[in-house]
Amino acid sequence: MEFALSEEQCLLQDSVRRFLEQNSPLDKVRLAAGNTHTVQRSLWAGASELGIPGMLIPEDFGGMGLGFLDAAIVYEMFGRYVAPLPFLGTAVMAPLALMLAGSEAQQEKWLPKIAAGEIIAGVAVTESIGVREDAGVKAGKGTLTGKVLFVIDWAEADLYIVADSDHGLHLVLPGAKGLSRRALDTIDKTRSVGELVFDQVSAEPLPRSSADAVARVIDAGRVMLAADTLGAGQMMIEKSVAYAGERKQFGRVIGSFQAVKHLCAEMAAALEPSRSLVWYAAHALDEVPGDARLMACHAKSHLSEVGRFVARTATEVHGGMGFTDLLGLHYWFKRIGFDRQLLGGPELVRLEAAHLQGWAA
Amino acid sequence: MDLAYSPKYEAFREEVRAFLTKYKSQAPKGLGAAGRPSPEACSWQQLLIQHGYAARTIPKDYGGYGAKPDILESRIIAEEFSAARVPSALQNQGISMLVPTLLELGTEEQKKKWVKPTLRGEVVWCQGYSEPGSGSDLASLQTRATVDGDDFVINGQKIWTSTAHEADMIFCLVRTEPDKPKHEGISYLIFSMKTPGIEVRPLTTMTGHAEFNEVFFTDVRVPKTQIVGQRGQGWFVANATLKHERGMLGDPVAMETRFQALVDLMHEETVDGQRAIDNPIFRDRLVRLQAELAAMKFNGLRLLTSASKGEDPGLARLIVKLQSCELTHQISALAIDVMGELGVLYDDSPYLRSHGSWQWGYMFQLGLIIGGGTAQIQKNIISERGLGMPREPKLAK
Ligand SMILES: Cc1cc2nc3c(=O)[nH]c(=O)nc-3n(C[C@H](O)[C@H](O)[C@H](O)COP(=O)(O)OP(=O)(O)OC[C@H]3O[C@@H](n4cnc5c(N)ncnc54)[C@H](O)[C@@H]3O)c2cc1C
Repeated sequence: MEFALSEEQCLLQDSVRRFLEQNSPLDKVRLAAGNTHTVQRSLWAGASELGIPGMLIPEDFGGMGLGFLDAAIVYEMFGRYVAPLPFLGTAVMAPLALMLAGSEAQQEKWLPKIAAGEIIAGVAVTESIGVREDAGVKAGKGTLTGKVLFVIDWAEADLYIVADSDHGLHLVLPGAKGLSRRALDTIDKTRSVGELVFDQVSAEPLPRSSADAVARVIDAGRVMLAADTLGAGQMMIEKSVAYAGERKQFGRVIGSFQAVKHLCAEMAAALEPSRSLVWYAAHALDEVPGDARLMACHAKSHLSEVGRFVARTATEVHGGMGFTDLLGLHYWFKRIGFDRQLLGGPELVRLEAAHLQGWAA
Repeated sequence: MDLAYSPKYEAFREEVRAFLTKYKSQAPKGLGAAGRPSPEACSWQQLLIQHGYAARTIPKDYGGYGAKPDILESRIIAEEFSAARVPSALQNQGISMLVPTLLELGTEEQKKKWVKPTLRGEVVWCQGYSEPGSGSDLASLQTRATVDGDDFVINGQKIWTSTAHEADMIFCLVRTEPDKPKHEGISYLIFSMKTPGIEVRPLTTMTGHAEFNEVFFTDVRVPKTQIVGQRGQGWFVANATLKHERGMLGDPVAMETRFQALVDLMHEETVDGQRAIDNPIFRDRLVRLQAELAAMKFNGLRLLTSASKGEDPGLARLIVKLQSCELTHQISALAIDVMGELGVLYDDSPYLRSHGSWQWGYMFQLGLIIGGGTAQIQKNIISERGLGMPREPKLAK
């Protein structure tokens, strides 16, 4: 019985921390925010040297064959450094969809490319959670028609994995005839989402698709978003404590005012137990299938709530400076805001959790 | 991350289960509120000690079971007793606070004399720390003990003293060195509540019960040998105790039991014929609490692992009192809201649910948020010790 990260996991997390500290400092993030693509490509190539794109992909396909807890602690670091990288779709949700639902040929074709960091894979599953704007795609014979919104890792994707309204998963190439694409600009400039509109677009079904496969891809995505918020929230607390230890008003550092200290304590008290919830939810994806979906819901919704509280509170601790672009604190604020709504906001996710337990008709 | 218990522990779990199957019928219904345990509760406690399910790691010489400390075994015992809905070992201030303090800092004679009957539920203790002028700022306490021959002579007043009206004994902080700085002039004494000069006045709380008391001391004579630790060291002795008290309050197993009772309640209560669980707003609040509870539960597992490795988990531990007390209170608050008008019924009213335990809990748990270091004091601790933020500047004298 051991509820802790292993030594290897701590080392992994440290190496990602160092990589991002060196290669993705805030000025680089700012650059990427103006122009995601070029910066993203070169950073992703760097991340590939650490094996990050293929961390969940089996070794047979050139990956590292690690588990979701490993992925979660890596994405926690991405959140910590607001890294402008296509991890969620490309390194987690797309490979998982291929592994769960793809044919051997599809796996052999795409997984090694993902693992090598050669391609970016966008993932379109938003409509499986909640339909907005009448979105949704219908599958015909080898084609898709309709539209999907909030496609994760949309920009520059070399491949899309798209869920239709009957739990079918499909591979679509960005140049396919009849496919039009529109960027959706969000508050968070460090990750891209967009829209795909299909007019009889030829698509290759993943033959082992199922409602369960789609749901598992979403579960994994939710746990990762929770981990991202954990990392981003942790950084916001550290920044608040540091700022409060330097900034002086009324002849003393503001960190000696109890009102400010208590805000920091409240943030820490809310965030610290969330860490264990994220660990367990990620662990359950690999090891405790019976618990996985409920815990993914809990992690996603709980971190959304804690994240919102930390994001606004940390901004308040920084006063007017927190509101400006100068410190760049808003990158964390927006990252957390994005994590909250994507793949289901907390109310929707809690309704799902209630359904899972037979508490909702 | 490995959440399986090794075969050794699984075997231990089987042992606990076998015990429970065999003896379940002898268990008292509940252990009742704090205070003096019933004769049935005492015999149950003694049976538990005999089999190592209470006082497990306390040496045999002092009336315990004498197993070597193993935090996972303790956890398994707690899990199994809770699953079987059998009352586990007695918890009171004597057992949770005084016993560990005596074992750590008491004389051989004190240990021999007090630990065993305390563990067995035969001697009940109260904690005489707080005073009318000294709550959060406990070290400012004014109750005086002066030396007269072989005795201390105590004068002063304590307040909020839980179970003092039923207690046999008190562990008490008194000022013995009034000229020393406040933390260095305190001594820790233990003495009988029957000592002449002690007057206990029950203090009714917001729950309507007298859960605690005022205690007045007028020329109370206590032999000098009844000090724990050195003269003037009482603050440090007490801190050893407070450490144990804070550990006492974060009990995820108990919180889970309360949560499950709330789930049951929401399946039973109806408004306009609709069950509370089918009301989307109540249900949303319920699931929200469930997620928080899960976070606290896994935080508990993380603490368990740190403890078994002898590591200091830092923040993960410092936040437990604040977060657990708050969450427990929120669970009761939702239960009250689910009951609506029925949630304000009290005493022996018709239509009262669960004997009024939710109403009582909602109030009593606010007391837990305040007692043993208020929420604000917890935030001071988290920010100063956990986050390394500056202490309050000292006021110029
Ligand atoms: C149910 C219950 C059981 C108890 N049992 C016992 C017992 O058995 N034995 C015993 O000795 N005592 C007991 N107590 C007393 C308890 O320890 C004190 O009530 C507690 O420490 C708070 O002290 P106080 O009541 O004087 O409040 P105060 O210290 O006067 O606090 C009032 C308010 O001021 C705030 N405050 C005070 N100091 C600070 C600060 N430095 N920073 C920020 N805010 C501050 C507090 O947070 C609180 O909100 C019990 C209390 C309760 C409620």
